[in-house]
Amino acid sequence: MSSQKLIIDGVTKTFLEKKGGKSTVALRDFNLAVADGEFVCLVGPSGCGKTTLLKLIAGLEQASSGSIYLDGKPVTAPGPERGLVFQDFALFPWRDVTGNVAFGPEVLKVPIAERLRTARQCIELVGLAGSGHKYPSELSGGMQQRVAIARALANNPQLLLMDEPFGSLDAQTRNQMQNELLRIWQDNKKAVVFVTHSVEEAVYLSNRVVVMTGSPGTVKQVYPVGLSYPRSRADHGFVSLREEITDCMAEECR
Amino acid sequence: MTWAGELMGNTLISLWRVIVGFALAAVTGVMLGIIIGWWRNARDLLEPIVEILRPIPPLAWIPLAMLWFGLGFKPAVFLIWLGAFFPIVLNTVLGMENTPHKLTEVARTLGAGPWQVLFKVGVPSAAPSIMAGLRIGIGIGWMCLVAAELTGSNSGLGYMIMYYYSTMEASKTVAGMLMIGIVGFLMFIGLKKLEDKILFWKAA
Repeated sequence: MSSQKLIIDGVTKTFLEKKGGKSTVALRDFNLAVADGEFVCLVGPSGCGKTTLLKLIAGLEQASSGSIYLDGKPVTAPGPERGLVFQDFALFPWRDVTGNVAFGPEVLKVPIAERLRTARQCIELVGLAGSGHKYPSELSGGMQQRVAIARALANNPQLLLMDEPFGSLDAQTRNQMQNELLRIWQDNKKAVVFVTHSVEEAVYLSNRVVVMTGSPGTVKQVYPVGLSYPRSRADHGFVSLREEITDCMAEECR
Repeated sequence: MTWAGELMGNTLISLWRVIVGFALAAVTGVMLGIIIGWWRNARDLLEPIVEILRPIPPLAWIPLAMLWFGLGFKPAVFLIWLGAFFPIVLNTVLGMENTPHKLTEVARTLGAGPWQVLFKVGVPSAAPSIMAGLRIGIGIGWMCLVAAELTGSNSGLGYMIMYYYSTMEASKTVAGMLMIGIVGFLMFIGLKKLEDKILFWKAA
């Protein structure tokens, strides 16, 4: 837990609007360090640049200024050591579960036997054993998101980036998936950067909650979550921290 | 030669022409469609050329086809290729352009290079549109074939229809027309079956 896995150093991201040539600042001077094995949640009002930040870390977008370092090396392009999970799953509909999960090892030219073994392990890890031959259109939302998580894990990434992954799930499935994710994280001890708009989810899952300001997004406040796992949502410490963070966010929305 | 033998013979001649012409159109059309639909520079360069040639009806090419290729097999194949080519290109372009951005992004984060993104995400994602283009293309190709044979050939179903028109045997002309309809329908069914097989993941 000591070394810094990810360092976001003074990152600003400006988008040029398609019409009129005006520019919008999505992120301004964003600073954050994530330790190895740490679970960090980002919360903030919608449009505050949470998704932009994840895309920058993933290497899908380039920062306008500032730098992002993974294990001390600057991030310039996407790479398999960073796994990204989207809110709407983004599964390949023409591939079955195994094919989706094995996609990463496949493009990295891992031999087929090893690739399938990895896929099977990851499918088991997310609780979908025996569903390898099913297609995304045959799966429920919760199952599709499990596949997306398994697919991100198949490359054995150092850092898992999750963009509101449970946002479209019903409350019960969502709670279940949160527990599954914690179990996977505790087994693998990967660093996780998790974007959500649910303060409760953030407090339930993470070691630290980062509250962002509205547009342009930057760090408003960081809350360490000192509660031990497994957490209870009814616990006094949980409730008071949730309320504190909710108040902090409410200031932003005014 | 018996009448049945004559009908089957001409049908097979026409069918062979359409298979060759359509196969050429499928390969060249899908390739050009992938290039235009995937790379912006290629689209800016090639799309105007396609859009100038596309509105020219295949029938207007018949004189040039006869001039270049004479009579029989070659001009017919050329006209089938011409008729099938454009719908295949257009639908392939459409499918490639509509590749969901999220899917290409997720592929890149999983370590896919530019060519892998093209062939493992772009092309399969465009497959439904490509298949639609092939289905439209074979229909138009078949129509072009008959038109080509009406004038530029001395065999095939189109030729046979015109021949029996000149000998005033209307029933044989109609038989030829019916055969064109039946073969067209069977080709449609065949491609539909192939489509269901390739695009099984779309169902359910």
